This record gives sequence, C-alpha cells and structure tokens, in this order.
Amino acid sequence: MEVKANIKSMKYDDFKDNEALEKMVEELRANGTNIVVGCLDDAINWGRSNSLWPLTFATSCCGIEFMSIGAARYDMARFGFEVTRASPRQADFIMVAGTIVHKMAPVLKRLYDQMAEPKYVVAVGGCAVSGGPFKNSYHVVRGVGEILPVDVYIPGCPPRPEAILYGMMQLQRKVKVENFFGGVNRQEQKPIEESQD
Amino acid sequence: MANIQEKITTFLPEAVFEEGQYPTFTVPAEKLPALARMLHDDADLQFDNLAALVGNDWGDTLGVVYYLNSVKYNHWVILKAATADRENPILYSVSDVWANANFEEREVYDFFGIRFIGHPDMRRIFLRGDWAGYPLRKDYDTSRENNRVPTESEENNDKTISLSVNADGKIETKIIDIFDKDDYIINIGPQHPATHGVMHFRTALDGEIIKKIDVHCGYIHRGIEKLWEGMTYPQTLHMTDRLDYLSACQNRHALCMCIEEAMQVEVPQRAQYIRTMMDELMRINSHLLFFSTLAMDLGSVTALCYGFREREKVLDIFDETCGARMSLNYNTIGGVMADIHPNFQRRIKELIAIMPGALKEYHNLFSNNVIARNRMIGMGNLSLDDAIRYNMTGPSGRGSGWACDVRKRNPYAVYDKVEFDEVLYTEGDSYARYMVRMKEIEQSLHILEQLVDNIPEGDFAVKMKPIIKVPEGRYFKQVEASRGAFGIYLESRGEKNPYRLKVVSPGYSLVGAIDHLVKGSKIADLITIGASLDYVVPDIDR
Repeated sequence: MEVKANIKSMKYDDFKDNEALEKMVEELRANGTNIVVGCLDDAINWGRSNSLWPLTFATSCCGIEFMSIGAARYDMARFGFEVTRASPRQADFIMVAGTIVHKMAPVLKRLYDQMAEPKYVVAVGGCAVSGGPFKNSYHVVRGVGEILPVDVYIPGCPPRPEAILYGMMQLQRKVKVENFFGGVNRQEQKPIEESQD
Repeated sequence: MANIQEKITTFLPEAVFEEGQYPTFTVPAEKLPALARMLHDDADLQFDNLAALVGNDWGDTLGVVYYLNSVKYNHWVILKAATADRENPILYSVSDVWANANFEEREVYDFFGIRFIGHPDMRRIFLRGDWAGYPLRKDYDTSRENNRVPTESEENNDKTISLSVNADGKIETKIIDIFDKDDYIINIGPQHPATHGVMHFRTALDGEIIKKIDVHCGYIHRGIEKLWEGMTYPQTLHMTDRLDYLSACQNRHALCMCIEEAMQVEVPQRAQYIRTMMDELMRINSHLLFFSTLAMDLGSVTALCYGFREREKVLDIFDETCGARMSLNYNTIGGVMADIHPNFQRRIKELIAIMPGALKEYHNLFSNNVIARNRMIGMGNLSLDDAIRYNMTGPSGRGSGWACDVRKRNPYAVYDKVEFDEVLYTEGDSYARYMVRMKEIEQSLHILEQLVDNIPEGDFAVKMKPIIKVPEGRYFKQVEASRGAFGIYLESRGEKNPYRLKVVSPGYSLVGAIDHLVKGSKIADLITIGASLDYVVPDIDR
C-alpha cells in the first residue's frame, strides 16, 4: 500500500517509526477513499502540513532551544513553522517545552482547550514526556500525556534543535496522511445550544 | 569579628554564640526583630544586606537561618531563630528591616508553615492555596494521593492575612485586601511571551498606569530542594543545570565548591582554570540571550537573529567539550567531568576575534537606536539603597552603582589571578542595566583572553568516591552567576545525602522588587523593566 507521507525535507526511509504511521494509514483507509475527497484531502493536507503554526509556549530549558530553532542557524522557517503565535486561538499546535507542574496543569489544559481544531500536541524534552529528572517530585506531572493527547514525543534534556526539527517533521507527516474532510475538520463538538426561554 | 560578638552579646545577653563558617548566634524568636534592627542600623556593623533566609526543619524544632552581610565592611554574621511548636509555628518578621525578607518569608511559610508576626502578606507564593501540607517538612507525605494533579485553575483570592501582637501579648490575625475596592485588575501571565517563562503578575491599573503588582510564582516549581534530600551528593549536581539554565556552569560551580569546601578537597589548578573559563563563556551566552530577548520584547525581532548568531558560537564550544548545548553537566566534585576538547582554545580565540565586531553591530543596530533608548532610559529607576534593601545583586544591582560582584568581593577559582573591571553604572534605569550586561560581555572576553593560553597541565579532577559523606555542619557558598549572587546553603548531618540543601537564587529577589520598580510606570513599560531585570523563572521557582 502506498503511504503518501513523503515530505520534501527528508526521505521516507530515513525516518524511524514508519510502522506507527503505516498502521495509522491502514486504519484511516480501512473503508477505502473517495477519489474526489481524497484528492482534495491531499491538497489541503499539503498546505496544512507546511504551515503549522506553533503556540509560543515554554516553561523552561527546552523553550530556549525552541528559540534557537527560530533563529538563523536552525531556522524553522524552512518548514513553515516560523509563525509563532502568542494566542492559542491562532495556533495549530502546542509545543509543550518544559516541565509541567501541578499549578501549571490546569492552565495548560485551558490553553489547549482554547486552540481551534485541528490541533496537535508535541511533547518536547524528558519532563514533558515522562516527568524527566523530576519524576519523583511532589509537584510535577509525570508527562504531559496525563492531561493532553500527545501526537509526537521528542526525548532529550533538552533535545537538540535537530531532534526538535525531526519531531516536527514527524508531525508534518502525520498531518499529511489524515483525512481532512469528514475527519479532522469534524472533530469539534457542536456547541451546546442554550435554551431561549 | 570580636567586635560583632561583643556588640551582639552586649545588646542581647541571651544570644548563644557558636563557631562556624561565620560567627553564629542563636536568638530567642521574640528578640530577633530588635536585634535585626540594631545590626542594620549600627554604624560599625551596618548589616544592610540579607544575603539568605533559609527555612529549616530540625526535627523537634522549626526555624530560620539568616545570613547577613555588610556591603561596606563585607563581614558576615549568621542568626538562628527557632520554635518548638510544630502545630502552629510562629516567628517574627524582619521584612521591615530588609525588603527582600518579604518574599523569602513567604517562601518559608509555603514550605514549612512557619507564620511570621509583622509580615504584611502571609500567603503561599509557590504552591496553590488549597495545597495540603508543607512539603519541605521532614514528615510531609509526598505521595500523589496527598495532592493530586488539579483539573481546575485556582480562583484568585484577593484577601491576605497579617499577624500582629496586641497589647495583652495575644496574637491577632488581620484580614487585608490586596487591591483597592475599585481597582481594575488584569492578569499578565502565566502564559505570556513577555514574562520570560511562566510568571503570573496580577496588575492593578489606573488607566494605563500601574498601581500595584501582585506576583504569583510556582508555575514551574519542581520541588528540587525536596528531591535533593533523597539524593547522594553527586546526584544532586545534576539538578543545578536545570535551575537557571543560562547559568548552568556557575550554579554547579557553587554547589561543587560548597561540597569541596566542606570535604576540604583541593581542586587541581587545571580544573580551576577550566571552571573559570566555562563560567565566563556561560556569562557571555546568557548576556547574548538577554540582548536577544530584550530586543525582541521591544519589537526588534531581527536583533534576535543577530544575538543568536554569536550565541551559537559559544554553544559550539560547550557542545565539543561537554557534549551538550544547555544542560552541560560539566563540573563535578573535585574538578570537571572530562578534559577540554582539542579545539577548545582555538574556538575561544575565534570567539574573542569576532565578538568586538558583533558588539559594535549590536550597538549600532539597537543600543543607539532612538526607539530602544526612548523606551529604556529613565524606565524602572532603582536607587542604590533600594538595590541593597531588596538584595538585587548582579547586573541589575550594578546598574544602580552597587559594587556587588562576588568575583571581586570574595574571589573564588582563579578570579584573583585575572584582571577585569567591575562594570558599574549609576543611573539605575533599564538602560543602565542593559549596558552593564553589554559591557560585561567585553570583560568576560578579557578574562578569557588572559586564561586561554595559560591553562596549566595536570589532572582535571581529583578522584572522589561515588558515595560521599560530608562532615556535619552548615555551609554557605556564593558565586557570581549570570544574573547575580547565586548561593548554596548546605546543612549536613554527616550522612550520604544532604539534610537540607537550599538555593538562594538571584532571580527571586529581582521579582520581589518588581512591584516597587514598576509602580507608577505605564503598563507597556512593565515589559521593558521585566526584560531588563532578566530573571529566569525556573531559577526562581526551583
């Protein structure tokens, strides 16, 4: 089966964890794909994957590496990530860069809830993945997975900029294989209609 | 020193003297405020700087250790006060003598539950109001069931309490409103790009003039001090790099020095040279990031790319020698982890060659830019007295003319062998703080220049056992980190893990003064003033 998860920046076989992506595609295409909708999906996903806008969110060390990839040497503008948004309502994905503690957890959840669908979560660094070196602390959430659905995990303390870019390219590939129509564009729950009486 | 002892015992005969790193006096709790006032005001003593205030749980008593320093005479004294009441521990506040005690005492209340009589605002500062227990007490239950991850944000509480003693000697609790009744309050943070991390300022406004700021910390409080109590000494080192990640080397240097001094380990000269050079590289790294972020906060995004261009060169040096860009894990007890990379000296020389040109470029682009100057000059004025009163060390204090550089006052490593100037500005505004940092880059390069070709041959570390038992005692060590005097307080009971290990972070004093600094400024200037203080939130919250 052909998986259309090729991105310009790197060869398909050079990526790791291709099985996870293939499994995801298999599930999505289990009932076949409509030709028209499928083609439209591809076109829209091409655009979406190349303009993923991150939320400017950082709690600690990983945030500085996030700034590094925004600067000239690593330059995330090559992938279309450069438009960092300070408002969650304009962002496509949230990079959880740093430790999440008890006091921050509800704030992070709220930021996530404020983001518009489709939205993604990237856990950057050991702390966001599992609690990292602070796992045994009384005030640390053991991985952001406890409170948010995570799409990509990037380990490291902090991960090198190359690793962060690799993780973000994995996210691009994930976006590319999704069904847009009838899929991610319909995830949002209908607002609860208030009674008019 | 005899003079200090004489004066204190004459003033307060009950004070129990004890030898130590500095003269130590155990004082009855109710006598402490009067003694503090005397030590502060006496012309021969002038203990005008509270360098550290450390809460402690000594088993049957809870108490506080005060480290006092005199700016003029550079002498030290330690005071101790304790209470045996664990149910309802109460001590007396010194926040009217030293302004930085305000936040420090709130921290002690948060972690040990000790309440201070006379403190104007006795609330938790790091943890949520509904937190169960006081985490740094030895009998605290750290299990997850005790305090679960909350799902709802905390409601803002606009009331605080203050304790006082009335005429009959009874303790009265007074409820105080933090804001006036019709104040317009906006929240800046915890998620705000200009707060440099997750800091929460509740700001009361009158039009666009700031009336008051209520600071909420703890959005990245990881409980490092509690974790340390369960770790062996070599393990504790790894946390220091994650406190202030832009002073990773200096922080770790402080902890290593503290343990080495306690163990009386002689560190090889080669390691001392390497440590000094690493500290200075870290300072350049930090100040370059400061330049980049300050410029970005003031709307000059291009400057970020310029600052990071040179910063990457510094990171290359770290990368080769330490194998990491940020969490370096380089210093170790007795020296450094590994020898320097063969390219180390060449790369530093390259850096020294390019930096003067780069700095000139920064000054042309940003420092002399009319917008930048208008936004920084005269903003957030800090007088010399206030800098000392709030214990604002580092470049922020030196911008107000306080010669507080630990490298000059109490030299460590090889700082007594190199020649450098302590950069001082007297204006005390944001621009002065900015310029101090820019000039300090030049001084750091000057230090590197003197050391780069003179690294002595020999061992880079003395071999230490993996399990170390530090002799019983109380130790305190300061280094000049990128943003001020970084202190480590170590209390050992002769076991393989520390009994109490506390970080005295420079950033905590900086945010403690932010209300004082911004009062009366416009809200847009809060960003400038905050950026010019250059605090790092994980360093404050720990």
